[in-house]
Amino acid sequence: MTAISRTIRRPATGRSAVGFRQAARMELIKLCTLRSTWVTLLITVGGVAGLATAVGLNSKNTHGDITSNVLAGVAPGLLAFGVLGVLAMTNEYSSGLIRATLAAVPHRGTLMAAKAAVFGAVALAVGELASFAAFFAGTAALPSVFHAPSLSDPTVLRAVLMVGAAYPLIGLLGLGIGAIVRHGAAATGVVIGAVFVGAQALGALTRSLGAYAPISIVSDSLSVTKAGTAQAAGYPALVPWAGLGVLALYAAVALAAGAVLLGQRDA
Amino acid sequence: MIEASGLSKSYGPVRAVDNLSFTVKPGSVTGFLGPNGSGKSTTMRMILGLDRPDAGRATIGGQAYHDLAWPLREVGAQLEARAFHPARSARSHLRMLAAAGNIPDSRVDEVLGAVGLSEAARRPAGKFSLGMSQRLGIASALLGDPGVLILDEPVNGLDPQGVRWIRTLLRNLAAEGRTVLVSSHLISEIALVADHLIVIGGGRLLADTTAADLAATSGSIEDAFLTLTSGGAA
Repeated sequence: MTAISRTIRRPATGRSAVGFRQAARMELIKLCTLRSTWVTLLITVGGVAGLATAVGLNSKNTHGDITSNVLAGVAPGLLAFGVLGVLAMTNEYSSGLIRATLAAVPHRGTLMAAKAAVFGAVALAVGELASFAAFFAGTAALPSVFHAPSLSDPTVLRAVLMVGAAYPLIGLLGLGIGAIVRHGAAATGVVIGAVFVGAQALGALTRSLGAYAPISIVSDSLSVTKAGTAQAAGYPALVPWAGLGVLALYAAVALAAGAVLLGQRDA
Repeated sequence: MIEASGLSKSYGPVRAVDNLSFTVKPGSVTGFLGPNGSGKSTTMRMILGLDRPDAGRATIGGQAYHDLAWPLREVGAQLEARAFHPARSARSHLRMLAAAGNIPDSRVDEVLGAVGLSEAARRPAGKFSLGMSQRLGIASALLGDPGVLILDEPVNGLDPQGVRWIRTLLRNLAAEGRTVLVSSHLISEIALVADHLIVIGGGRLLADTTAADLAATSGSIEDAFLTLTSGGAA
């Protein structure tokens, strides 16, 4: 009755042990087989495009940075991706799945790398989709007096691409914080605090540090097509590439700390 | 073959496992017995490389768990009844694990059939009864057709039919030459299926013997177990 005949195919390729490829396939299946992943991603793309449409319709200042304005709706979407990143890690702990996962892939560095790579790739694809959707929806909704920005303008294309890239970076920051904190609610609180609340408060206290707050980077560095807009308004901002680098650094630090702790702790 | 030598683990001031050594041989069912909190699960987690021992080591076929090339094909483990995401289907849960072992999806359907979950395979595992959850855990342990099985309290939550089913399953797995380690805090249950018994209490080894020999020390195997563990807990 057991039907446990030896039917397992030996790996066809030359790989002699479980490694990154197997771990990445496992993580991809994990991500794709939860409906909540798809729902979050769809709502983000739809919500960001909707906000951009509203911004476009209500635009009055024809001399402003229109691209940056229509991309402004990304903040709630970034929050959703940050939380999705947190949950990709903390779900494992809340369900006890982490032990099955680590029994399947005992090398924890490999597991963390695979998790980050798969989540990052999916978040990048959807983030770019959201950013382009927001751009097209927002510029299409502009009143006719506006000269709509075009993607053939390299600074506009750069802004749209960079805002799209902010999604996976905030998501990976969430993933790293999830690995550090391990409890979903607490880690979500840390992400909201770090990305949205605390950083803004810090910026209010110390103006020069405000430029390094993740949300400020997205709105004042990544999405701008007219250099010096933020500075002209009286507050500091990083140049676009520096902003992207700082965001990537935040994500890398959180992921590295999470990986080290995952390697040291009992599961 | 599972070998533990001098395994020790403390959580703060609590000594969960204390200089524990034993060998689990292939071809028979070994019962891992002890009262609740005696260190059984901690020991199993150390064998699987999930918890790091303070001292000593555990090996499977002479290798530490994390050195196994394809761990899922060598060791099948079930550590808790609900080690899955509640919204994911049973089949997706197993497919995801199979991917980590280069195991084909056809094997997923095979083990789902073997544990009697084919009908429920596409339902969210979070809606499963405790008995069905146990069956899913056993399916995941069988997934890689491993030579070593480590099951933590697999009988919990099973109905009488399920209890008999798992007894037969364990005997068959051992008869096929596999190493089978099954923990339980219920001596009467494990005595029906285990050839060999490892009894621990307070993290220490109390007995490493055959079921028949243990029964011979007292009037019954239950008396023998209670005598042993009451001494160990003191």
